[in-house]
Order: sequence, then structure tokens, then C-alpha cells
Amino acid sequence: MNYPEELFYSASHEWVKTEGDCVWIGITDFAQDALGDLVYVNLPEVGDEVTAGEVFADVESVKAVSDIYSPVTGTVAEINEDLLDAPETINQSPYEAWFVKIEGVTDQEELLSAGQYRAMAEEQAGGV
Amino acid sequence: MGSYIPNTEQERKEMLEAAGFSDFRELYESVPEEIRLKDGLSLPPGQAELAVRRTMEGLAGKNRVFSHIFRGAGSYHHYIPAIVDEIASREKFVTAYTPYQAEISQGILQSIFEYQTMICELTGMEVSNASVYDGASAAAEAAAMCVGKKRKTVLVSGAANPRVRKVMETYCFGNGSLYLEIPQKDGLTDPEQLSALLSEETACVYVEQPSFFGCIEDLENLSRLVHEAGAKFIAGCNPMALALLKTPGECGADIAVGEGQPLGIPMGFGGPYLGYMAASKEMFRKLPGRMVGQTVDKDGKRGFVLTLQAREQHIRREKAGSNICSNEALCAMRAAVYLAAMGAEGLKEAAGQCAAKAHYLQKALEEAGLSPEYPSEFFHEFVTVSDIPSETILKALEEQGILGGLPLDGRRILWCATEMNTREEMDQTASVVKEVTGA
Amino acid sequence: MKLIFERGAAGRGCSILPACDVPEVGLRAGKRERELRLPSLSETEINRHYSELEQQVYGVNSGFYPLGSCTMKYNPKINEAAASLPGFAGLHPLQPEHTAQGALELLAGAEKALCEITGMDRMSFQPAAGAHGEFTGLLLIKAYHKKRGEGEKRTKILVPDSAHGTNPASAAMAGFTVVNIPSGPDGCVDLSKLREAAGEDTAGLMLTNPNTVGLFDRNILEITGIVHEAGGLCYYDGANLNAVMGIVRPGDMGFDVVHLNLHKTFSTPHGGGGPGSGPVGCKGFLAPFLPGEMAAEREDGSYGFEIPPETVGAVRSFCGNFLVVVKAYAYILSLGADGIPEAAENAVLNANYMKKKLEKAYRMAYPGTCMHEFVMDLSELKERTGVSALDIAKGLLDGGVHPPTMYFPLIVHEALMFEPTETESRETLDGAAELLLELFRKAQEKPEELHEAPQGAPVKRLDEVQAARKPVLRYSYDS
Repeated sequence: MNYPEELFYSASHEWVKTEGDCVWIGITDFAQDALGDLVYVNLPEVGDEVTAGEVFADVESVKAVSDIYSPVTGTVAEINEDLLDAPETINQSPYEAWFVKIEGVTDQEELLSAGQYRAMAEEQAGGV
Repeated sequence: MGSYIPNTEQERKEMLEAAGFSDFRELYESVPEEIRLKDGLSLPPGQAELAVRRTMEGLAGKNRVFSHIFRGAGSYHHYIPAIVDEIASREKFVTAYTPYQAEISQGILQSIFEYQTMICELTGMEVSNASVYDGASAAAEAAAMCVGKKRKTVLVSGAANPRVRKVMETYCFGNGSLYLEIPQKDGLTDPEQLSALLSEETACVYVEQPSFFGCIEDLENLSRLVHEAGAKFIAGCNPMALALLKTPGECGADIAVGEGQPLGIPMGFGGPYLGYMAASKEMFRKLPGRMVGQTVDKDGKRGFVLTLQAREQHIRREKAGSNICSNEALCAMRAAVYLAAMGAEGLKEAAGQCAAKAHYLQKALEEAGLSPEYPSEFFHEFVTVSDIPSETILKALEEQGILGGLPLDGRRILWCATEMNTREEMDQTASVVKEVTGA
Repeated sequence: MKLIFERGAAGRGCSILPACDVPEVGLRAGKRERELRLPSLSETEINRHYSELEQQVYGVNSGFYPLGSCTMKYNPKINEAAASLPGFAGLHPLQPEHTAQGALELLAGAEKALCEITGMDRMSFQPAAGAHGEFTGLLLIKAYHKKRGEGEKRTKILVPDSAHGTNPASAAMAGFTVVNIPSGPDGCVDLSKLREAAGEDTAGLMLTNPNTVGLFDRNILEITGIVHEAGGLCYYDGANLNAVMGIVRPGDMGFDVVHLNLHKTFSTPHGGGGPGSGPVGCKGFLAPFLPGEMAAEREDGSYGFEIPPETVGAVRSFCGNFLVVVKAYAYILSLGADGIPEAAENAVLNANYMKKKLEKAYRMAYPGTCMHEFVMDLSELKERTGVSALDIAKGLLDGGVHPPTMYFPLIVHEALMFEPTETESRETLDGAAELLLELFRKAQEKPEELHEAPQGAPVKRLDEVQAARKPVLRYSYDS
């Protein structure tokens, strides 16, 4: 399992990358592994408002659908349309497969460092 | 004895014992005593097969089956090739459940995949689902596909079938979208009124081809107006007419729906019928209900499965776009066999005969004193108007064993002719009408 | 196997229509530009194509079909014979009422019988399937609250977490917010959770009883009482009525509105996914809101269609899937007052008989007496052997048995749900139980073989991931 040091993480298994005013959000290696082969992703539209702690997207596997929560409050500036045609990228390289780019961030959940998230994920994995 | 239970009294007793019960009452121990039926159902006792057959034949015998039918309005009298009934009566097709177990359901799955392909060909759309209940619920589901957070108004042509409109209105009452009708003009959707109603809140516009009154709409023009306003365009098309007319795909429709009953399905007093639904590539993931997709098995052999199931209610629950589960699979199979038996040339021939006969009938009725209500071009239905009460005309026809057109009101009648109607019976119909009108 | 489009050759076809006996007309309207591509086949080829397809279908009489929640009972042939009578199949839905008295009388008779069986006052046949009936029933609830001036306030529908997915989906379609009610450890409604959830915003509760784990909720009167006290209405999902018809009625359990699945309980066939029929019945106070055209007997003894005065509208064209109702009516006549409870009792007996046999090896999700179906929990087996519910299901295919419902209800992990129905003989149940016990042994001894099942079916396990990732939903002529 891979947990890049330069990223921050939410307890609901999203990763967050910050560059200046912009925030990119995706799901973690741990999440994609638990969800199995993903077959589709439903993304918000550019211009939509997202709220920290609320659902902004979902991912589909063959027999399940899982909500994806936003760790920040802000506006969707860009969506990763490549994922619509190639959802397998989320399984193959979860940290490159960003879902949305958020601008105008006004609020943010408390996020975990790579080390903290790794500890949490490993505990969850052991507990299953 | 009449319950189709194989096990004898003795066997049942032994089975009860084996399962640890002394009698049937014990099985229902969890049902509170105070609500159990004390005196049984107030129904007649069960009947043997011959008695049931007699009762059913008796009821069927109280109905009049017209052999000369000039009524359509949503249910059409077309020829059903013998092979359609034969194939659709084969027991496994009739009795199988939804093909959840793909490995032993390839026959059903492939037949649906073939149906989906034929619907795409007919409509010129890119993706078809496996069917919904009927044309009206298909139109209502299509509107629900378009309603979003910002756009919540559903505009429906006043020239569309009133039963379809009613169903669309009812679904809108359910999901809270605003239902508005576009007034009709000359039996067609009025483009000026449409333009006036279109707004940033318009989710979609529903128009029928041909209209309820049989008139042929300029779908391309309407589609352009709708898209200019940023709304989606839903075309509700008679599948028979699509053999000849410009397809919804060619007219730029986002969703094509319709009543598939003309494709080899009996009128059956209203059902079961077949709602077909097809969409553009941009919209197809919002299509409700089942879809069959092609894939491969472990050995790389082609096979078919129910796919894109994460859209559906059994996975997405309250977030699903629709609640549909059972559909009209066997009716879809009838449609596929029908289209295969007719072939492209046969379907065009049937559609051409519908138009030719309807035009012949219209002229004959005009000569008999019934004037055309609308100047617009029509396919196989048209409206007449006369000073003689509709009821008088239709009663005279009924006495001759003819089911005339549908009375729209005291003076107007909606007629339909299909390949089933011969010149002779149309001449006879006109002469009966002529006697009534005195023309 | 070839697709129908890969068979035949250009120029082949069937001779169906005689030449047109009136002059042709040329339409001025825009014509289709793209060529219409349909199969070009002789009648022989069409027939053989479908014969080949038919060989790759498992029907109710191909063998045992214990698909939980679906009531795959025998579909009597007299039903089919009745529905194909020209006096029913050949009727135009809009022909004058006096020429369709038999059809109207049949609808009225079926309504009366089904009201008696459910304890309801009126029933509309317009809904074409169970889910369609749910949507319709919820519209009645919506209209009721709206009329009482509480439409804005009562926006929530309570749904147990064990419910069929259609329940919450129907509630959403009818504009309600769904509140999930957790089940207790016994698989039944948790009364304290229900009390907490029920209140001034409650529009109603949707429940199936027996529930989806195959148990009759013995607290049913308290449940419906709690909802009524809060001002809500109670909706009965009739999917599991087969266990209790003629024994206890939803109306007497406190339900206000029900839907039935004629294609489950009343023996009409499933057609590979449909058509079904999902009539909606209700107590008298909701009857004015029922949708569509309802057959009724008039004072002079004749029959006609009526539209209820405060109808919610229509959910389908015409009166519904009439020919399906014909089949169900033939079934009701065949069974009658004695046969209906007898069918229910034997459905429950068959389930308990089979459950008892399987308990020796498999873990049941809920012990004790079941109703017409039972749920096995294979999570322990999976952990120990790696053999999942799916593997056992696929193993059944090789034994000639249709698998039970898999992975439902969602509250049981690795669930397999069996519903044998009353129309199966003891030998069939014995044989299927033997096979399942054999598969259980195999799971310990040769689990890898079960991962590879089925071996004898026309295809092996199919790649569903590829099917969903790169959807191919139609044949492409160009490839």
C-alpha cells in the first residue's frame, strides 16, 4: 500500500493535494483496493459548490456504488474527464487519478499526514 | 388439489414431521392469533381446469372482437406474423426470470442485446435499454432523466397522446418537477408557443411523431428550438412510422421513446405493451432499467451480461434514477422477432401500406361527408369533422361489425388505417358513413 | 453462438404482406436518410436462431428455481390458454364498453377477489410491475397528506434497511426523503428505532411482511400502530404475500395500501424479466386517489370504466397489463378459497423442510421457523475456505439447479436466499439439498474447483468489469 508523504488524507479515504489556492482531490490506494475494480465515476460539474464532509462524487464497481466525500469547501474549477472513459486509472494509479480541482477554498476538514493515515488504514485493514 | 402442489397429504405430513412440526398451524406461530383469518376467504372453492376454461371462455365470449378496425389512438391493429406468436410462446422464454445468472441465461441476454440493436437502428439513436412498461411510462421516465437541480420544467406538446400526457403529469407530481403543456395548432406542436415557453428552467420538451392527431411534426425544427434554449429534446415516435420518416437521431433528439405495441404485440385490451427507450451517447447512462452488454468469458468466448447495474435501484436504492425492476422482456422479444420476420423491406412495406390506406380512407370519408380537421400531412391517423354526431356515425358502423375511429368529441373522430384494412372494407365503411351523412 | 445479424444474407426474407390494394402515397415529410438495417433471414433461419437461443435459457421447468423473493412457482398452462383467447387478446382498449363486457367483468372480478385476499377495499390494475405499484401507492399517500394540508410537512418515508431496493427508489421518485430503519438482531423491525423515527414529518412506512429475511414480523400490529399514531400511513410491499395468502391479510395487519406482484404470487410467468403486473389496492379512504381506468359494476348490472374522483392521474396507458390479469384470474379461480391458503402453507412447509436439511451444514442467518423463504449466511464458510456465496451459486449451475438469490438482503453478508415455492415435490427438495450439502463438502476439500464453476454451462464466468468499463450495448454492423 502506497501513502505519498507530500499528500494529506481524510478519514474517509480521500487524498488532498494543495498548490497555492488550488486543491486536488482523489481517493487513496487503500480505498481503491477496498472498492475493487472500478467501472465508472460520477463527477460534479464545473462550477458546482462542494462542502467539507459532504458527498461530491461517487464511484461504481460492478455490484456497488460508493460515495466520495469532499474534505474541503469550495468551487469545482476542473474535473478529470479522462476518468469517465478510463475509470481503471483509479485502480492503477490512484494518486494520479485526481477527481476534481477545487478553487476558492473557504473551509477544510482536519486532515491527516501520510503517517497518521497509514496507521489508521492499517488498523482498519487488520480489523476487517 | 387445485393448487398445483405435487406432494400428497401423507407426504406433507411426513415433511412436517421431518421439519419438526406437528401441523401447519405451527408454521405460523409468529402470526398473532387476533389477525389470523378465522373463517377463511370469502371466495368460491377452487375449480377444476375444465370448469375454469368454461368460465374464461364465457367471459371472452361476452366481448366483441371486431374484424374491421379503424381505431388507433395508442393501440394499433397490425398483422402479427405467425412466427412471432410461436417463438414468444416457447416455454423457457415465457417462464424464465430476469437473467441474473448469465451463464445459463445467454439466450435471453442475447435476445435483449439484439432487441437493443434493432431499436437503435430504428431510432437512429446510439443506446437502447432493455424496455420499460409502455410508451407513456417511457416518456415519463425520459423526462425524469432530464430534470436537474436547475432545470425542473417539463414541456409537453399538447398534440401528444392525452394518455401519455397524463402519465407524464403524474410522474411530475411525484418528483416535484413542473409540468406544462405547449398548445397545439393544426394538430401539431405550435413552434411559436414552444419558443415562448422555453426558458432557463426548461429541462426537456416532449413531442410525438406523428402527433396524436396523426400529423407529421417537423422534428428537426422543434429540436433546434429546444437545443437553442439549452433543454433536452425527447421524441416519442410510432416505431412503424420510423421505417419511413426521418429518425429521432437524425433530428437531433437526445432521447427517443415510444409505444412498441405496433411491433408484433396484440392489442390485448391495453397490455402488456412495450415501452422502448433509446438515448444519445451523452445521455445513455441516465437510461433507466436494464441493459445488456457484450463481454467475454474466462476462455475469451463472447457472452452477454446485465451491465451498468450500479445505476439501478437494487444497488443505488434511493439515489437511483428510477425504481424500475421488472420490464417487458417478452414483449421486447416479440418486437425483435417481428422486426426480423418483416426485415427492413417488409417494415417499409407495412409502413407504406399504412400511409396509403389511411390516405385512401381519408378521401373516401371526405367524399362520404366527413371533412378533414387539419391541413397538415398525416401518416396513418387523421381527424375528421362533421355536423353529424360522432356517436351516430360510429353506431351505424358498429352495426355493420366495423369499429370506427375514436370519437374525440361530439363532432370529431380520430381514424386510423393500417395494412390490415382492405380496400373493400374501406369502401364499405365509407358507404355506411355516406348513408348516415346523406352526402 | 451467432447473432441474428450475423446470419442470413442480403435479399433473403419472409413473405408476410400481400401487395397493397390502394394507390401508394408519397409523403412530403422528411424521409429517413440512414438505411434501415434489420436482419435478412428466411423463416427457417429465424426459427432456428431462436431455437438455439432457447437452448441457452433456464426456465421454470428446466429444473428447480428457488430464487428468493421471486416466487418462481409453476405457471399453469390453463392461464396461458385463457389469455390467448381471441376474445381477450383481440380487444382494442378503446372499443365501446358495451362490446367489452366480459373483459370489464373479469377486471371487476379479479379486483374483488384480490381485495378479499388482501383486506383492501379497491384495487387498480394500472401498475405494470411491483416497483410501478410501489410508486403508485406512494402517490396515494402523497395525495392523501396533500389533501389534508400536510403535504409540505410529511416528507419522509420510513424503510427498513432489509427492504428491496425498489422501496427507497420508489419513495425518491415520489418525491419523498428516505429514512432507513435499522433491523434488530432478530432481523425484524427495531421498535425503539421506529418510535424514534416516526413523527410529524412521517408520510408513511413501507414494509414487506414476511420480511426479506423470511420472517413474519410478530410485532406487526405495534409497528403499524406506531406509524398511524404519528399520522403516517402504512404501505405493504406484496412481494412475499405467497407465504400468507389466505392465512392473514395485510389489511388486518394495519396496512392502508398494498401492491401485489401477480407475476410472483399469482403464478403468471416472468417472461425473462417481464411483463408483470403490480396492482395497487387500498382502504376505502384512499380509493378516491387511485389512478387510471377502473372497471366497476353499474346499477343496471353492466360494467364500465370509471376514473376515481380525486385520482393522482395515470401511471400507464389504458387499464394495465390486462392479459396478465387474465392469467392471474384463471389462477385464482383454480385455487379458490381452499387452494389459496393451501398454496401458502405448502410454500412455507417446503421452505422449512429444506431449511432443516441444510442446517446440518450451513449457517442460517436467522434460526427457527421461517416463512416461504430462508437466508443462509456463508461468511464463515468464505473466511474458512475462500468459497463465497457466488461460488456456491455457480456450483449449483453445474448441478442443474438455478441458484438462489445472492447477496440479498444487504443486512446479511454472503447471503443466499432460497424460496422453493409450493409447486416443488419432496424429491426435488431432497435432490437440491443433497447437492448443496455436496457443495459444502467440496468447499472444504476442493475449493478451487468451485472458484472455476460453472464448467458445464454454455459459457464460463463472464467478465463483468470489462462489460461495465467499456460498454458494448449493441451490435456494430461496421466491425
